[in-house]
Amino acid sequence: MNFLDWIKQPWPWYVAGPLIGLIVPGLLLLGNKPFGISANLRHICAACIPAKIPFFQYDWKKESWNLFFVLGILLGAYLTSLWLSNPDELKLNSKLVNELSGYGIHDFSKLVPSEMINWTNLLSLKGFILIVFGGFMVGFGTRYAGGCTSGHAIMGISSLQWPSLIATICFMVGGFFTANLILPYILKL
Amino acid sequence: MKLISNLKYMIVGMVFGIVFVKAEIISWFRIQEMFRLQSFHMYGIIGSAILVAMISILIIKRFKIKTITGEEVVITPKKFNKGQIYGGLIFGMGWAITGACPGPLFAQIGTGATVVIVTLLSAVAGTWVYGRFKDSFPQ
Repeated sequence: MNFLDWIKQPWPWYVAGPLIGLIVPGLLLLGNKPFGISANLRHICAACIPAKIPFFQYDWKKESWNLFFVLGILLGAYLTSLWLSNPDELKLNSKLVNELSGYGIHDFSKLVPSEMINWTNLLSLKGFILIVFGGFMVGFGTRYAGGCTSGHAIMGISSLQWPSLIATICFMVGGFFTANLILPYILKL
Repeated sequence: MKLISNLKYMIVGMVFGIVFVKAEIISWFRIQEMFRLQSFHMYGIIGSAILVAMISILIIKRFKIKTITGEEVVITPKKFNKGQIYGGLIFGMGWAITGACPGPLFAQIGTGATVVIVTLLSAVAGTWVYGRFKDSFPQ
């Protein structure tokens, strides 16, 4: 197997997790920056639609490093899908494949399930919930909670902040509840 | 904006974006597996990321390692409020539905799933609505 074939395989958790963990000291040592993605949604509001709301009255330009950071995420993902993408289907748990087949989902080749999450479905009830409503909850919930998986689960817990542990537990409770008890009804639509 | 000094953060972001895609963290299906306890993958990633970050912070503090510009490393403490509970639950629900937290939204767009731009704009709208009506929610 040559290097390119080797690197195109999906990376295991013990490679990906530590690499993500190293972003925390990386950002701290490069400029005392706290790891946290969802703050960017606030910066975008502050920059584009502040509407004299006190929550958005701050100097977002001082936080522009984070917008560069997420721009990098987008570019990194673009370059990976261009040159390093895995040609094979995702290897998923057969229970999940069975469950989703029951809802008419058969394409497991893409990272985003294009059978449900696509432009045509956007205005169907199912598509609207999965794309628009879900996105709204992500933006509203992360700001209300003061952070997301990166800011609370990784940055917060690793710096031993108990409020972040509580937030992370609530992320998981909300996710378990929704994925198992609510999502099936959405997918049946 | 100091363009050049911000480019280093873009490069760190690119590494993150590559890992996001290569480890399938941005996969809607992997998130569903996580919330159904059908795979260790995401738990391994988040758990080992926390562990490596924790050890790194301990080392930085123990040896008083400075930033590249010679500043002392400061981590702002997070204060507890009810938002971490209510907001946390709401975000968890959105995470299960969209199969993405905020970082992966950017990465999914990068892989060409352009409809996720709508999810991202909707997340910006959610943030805006929170900011607008912040005082009406329990804090």
